[in-house]
Amino acid sequence: MSKDNQILEELTSKEYEHGWSVNYEADEAPAGLNEDIIRWISAKKEEPEWLLEWRLKAFRTWMNMPEPEWANVTYPKIDLQALKYYSAPKQIKKTKSLEEVDPELIAIYERLGISLNEQKRLQGIAVDAVLDSVSVATTFKGTLAKLGIVFCSFSEAVKEHPELVKKYLGSVVPMTDNYYAALNSAVFSDGSFCYIPKGVRCPMELSTYFRINAANTGQFERTLIVAEESSYVSYLEGCTAPQRDENQLHAAVVEIYAAAHAEVKYSTVQNWFPGDKEGKGGIYNFVTKRGICAGDHSKISWTQVETGSAVTWKYPSCILKGDYSIGEFYSVAVTNNYQQADTGTKMIHIGKNTKSRIVSKGISAGKSQNSYRGQVQVMKRADNARNFSQCDSLLMGDQCGAHTFPYIDINNPSAKVEHEATTSKIGEDQIFYCNQRGIATEDAVALIVNGYAKEVLNQLPMEFAVEAQKLLALTLEGSVG
Amino acid sequence: MSTLTQQDTFQAFLAASPSNFPSVRTTGKESFISQGLPAVKAEEYKFTNITKKLESSIQNFSPALPLAVSAEQVKSALIEGFEGDVLVFSNGSFVPELSSKIEGVEVSLLSGKEDTALGSIAKPNKDVFAALNQASFQDGIFISVPKKAQIEKPILLLSFNGANAGQVVQPRVWIQVGDFAEVTFLDQSVSLGEQSYFLNKVVEIKGGINSQINYYRIQNEGKNCVEVSNIETDIQKDAKFTSVNLSLSGDMVRNNLSLNLLGSNSEGNMYGIYLLNGKSHVDNHTNVDHTIPHAESNELYKGILADQSRGVFNGKIFVRQDAQKTNAFQQNNNILLSEDAIVNTKPQLEIWADDVKCSHGCTVGQLDEEALFYLQARGIDKLTAKGLLLYAFAGEVLEKIEEESFRNYAVGLIQDRLGSKF
Repeated sequence: MSKDNQILEELTSKEYEHGWSVNYEADEAPAGLNEDIIRWISAKKEEPEWLLEWRLKAFRTWMNMPEPEWANVTYPKIDLQALKYYSAPKQIKKTKSLEEVDPELIAIYERLGISLNEQKRLQGIAVDAVLDSVSVATTFKGTLAKLGIVFCSFSEAVKEHPELVKKYLGSVVPMTDNYYAALNSAVFSDGSFCYIPKGVRCPMELSTYFRINAANTGQFERTLIVAEESSYVSYLEGCTAPQRDENQLHAAVVEIYAAAHAEVKYSTVQNWFPGDKEGKGGIYNFVTKRGICAGDHSKISWTQVETGSAVTWKYPSCILKGDYSIGEFYSVAVTNNYQQADTGTKMIHIGKNTKSRIVSKGISAGKSQNSYRGQVQVMKRADNARNFSQCDSLLMGDQCGAHTFPYIDINNPSAKVEHEATTSKIGEDQIFYCNQRGIATEDAVALIVNGYAKEVLNQLPMEFAVEAQKLLALTLEGSVG
Repeated sequence: MSTLTQQDTFQAFLAASPSNFPSVRTTGKESFISQGLPAVKAEEYKFTNITKKLESSIQNFSPALPLAVSAEQVKSALIEGFEGDVLVFSNGSFVPELSSKIEGVEVSLLSGKEDTALGSIAKPNKDVFAALNQASFQDGIFISVPKKAQIEKPILLLSFNGANAGQVVQPRVWIQVGDFAEVTFLDQSVSLGEQSYFLNKVVEIKGGINSQINYYRIQNEGKNCVEVSNIETDIQKDAKFTSVNLSLSGDMVRNNLSLNLLGSNSEGNMYGIYLLNGKSHVDNHTNVDHTIPHAESNELYKGILADQSRGVFNGKIFVRQDAQKTNAFQQNNNILLSEDAIVNTKPQLEIWADDVKCSHGCTVGQLDEEALFYLQARGIDKLTAKGLLLYAFAGEVLEKIEEESFRNYAVGLIQDRLGSKF
């Protein structure tokens, strides 16, 4: 067993590779949260009156909401008044083309391995790069515009497509939904907006890359994806943050709207700074993600690989409203050191013949806590609803915990719902089997973990799958060699 | 605001409690007051709004007095073919003149056993109703099975409950089973009359080293019975505890069944069936706490829900950090037979140790069309075929009952229900 301990030791001593930060002159809002700050943000972003009103309404609702405490995580209370709600690099000017973007900012993304240069990068992914509160650049806009696809920063969308934003903003996640969604609605700074017109199959992966750079700020972005009838889009999201001693808050909202026969695939590789070995610092990731399959035969698929964040609190959900609509959720959540993750999904079956599938794989190591919390609800009219859920946990080390909280609420006799979960560690017999065949223990662990997560990793788009596998290898460095 | 949520209703109720067990009652009372009745959507009572139910059906919140029970009533309530000893209770009070003397087992009133550590197993701070019972129970029963005693005949706890204008019945049972002893209990309640009443029951079972305890229970009370029961067991090493719980009716029933495995190589089994129709609402909350290494627990609950009934299942397996080499299995299967039946299930695992094998499974569905067709193709009419399939579904739990007369009785009840209903 000493070998195992050694592996775990190495695993817990791994450093976060995106921990650096850059000094740039920033345009910041003063710390604090009040109506004046919201007006300030709104004015800064030159927003129309209706949006300011919407923000203020959200703020007033938020004021009357208690902070939720039901999640299986513990963390010191966040002083929301001490945070800054807006921080933007000063150099950002209105730019028409990528050539005009400050090279320093582009360099930040180069360092993260995200090339904003259209010629240099792999063809096939359009990126919206968000740094702290603003979008730095969006690539391939022109190419996409020819197909009628709108892919731009949220602020731009508000100016150029106000009618679309007005129609869909808050339609899936209402501002009153929960504490952090309401807070986000009041102070959201930027994010991505994506509109796929009827019958269009988006030819490339769309992606947003979030980076928190400034200290003492919260990042509140908002993503809105609208897929019209018979369209298809695959969307990627990645995120990192510098290593700082204090905790930072990331409270985002993602809304997806899928009309009849539309399909949206949303993949996340989340690699926020998880805090150091002693559990100091790290990002609080309190995110509301929800999609609605509004039309018949529509499909929304969530895939997430969660490796970062000190505290994660995230439940990408699907509302299956259209008949024959499909919701999917694939997740790998890895926690190490003092990380805490409370994540899962909600599948709300409203339409007839709706289907959902949940595959959640948790891996906990170190002193971390990993919880799956999910809900499958079949409403009265959802005839012939079908759900299959599987949530497995893998424990590495005797200091960590794995928990499952599945809620299954069935209100229709024709529903078929299955849920199964297992918790175990890597079997000694499995390792022994590999050893016997000349595979070293380290490689055996790698093999088993990869096999364990494969079902989910297979769902990721190619470019992301490579990154996710690398990330998984890094997180378990030492054991996977 | 309703009357129940106001303090004075309970002040009077608590003030009327007997004066024995002063410190036990004070702890219970403090715990009750600090917890208060479950609020709407309180996590533990999320799908069972017991507070509202009590407010609407229990007008007279006062302790129910014992009713006269005749020997004929006892005789007719007895299970056919039952051979064993009977302890009779009326509204929670022990009726010695109708009960048998059990050889080798000490049975006495709790009031005569003031040194009993009431509340040490079913802790009042875990559930508000356990606290209420602890603060205000009238009297209860103390059953002690001495070391190495092999009680071959089952012991039937037969309760007659009935109250005027919705009073409160609060039975309290303390069972201690010595090291190496074996015993089987049957727990059965009979409702007298159609009046609504609130049954708030607490049973504490303490099992010694290598003891073997079976606790079988049938809930077939009147349609107007609102019931909360807390049954909690501690067992030591090498001991085995098996409970089978059959719920067949009741207005709103909430069972909290908890098992604490305190010694290695101990084994806990919890099985249950809820077969509901009408507007019955049955909520089974089970909790298995693995505190030590090398223990095993199995759990299997099956539900068949018809009409507008609602079944709630919440199974919690808690594996503490020290409890390595734990094996814990949990399964919950449900069949919905009507448009208006609802099931809410939450099989929950909380695991803090790594070298464990734990799994849970849960399904909600309906009868297999192909199986039904197979039977019909062989000349069995649809109704019978359905009954047969449902009976087979429940059978997996029924066969866990070792006591023959009780198993036959349970089988009969379920067949009756399936025959007439389905």
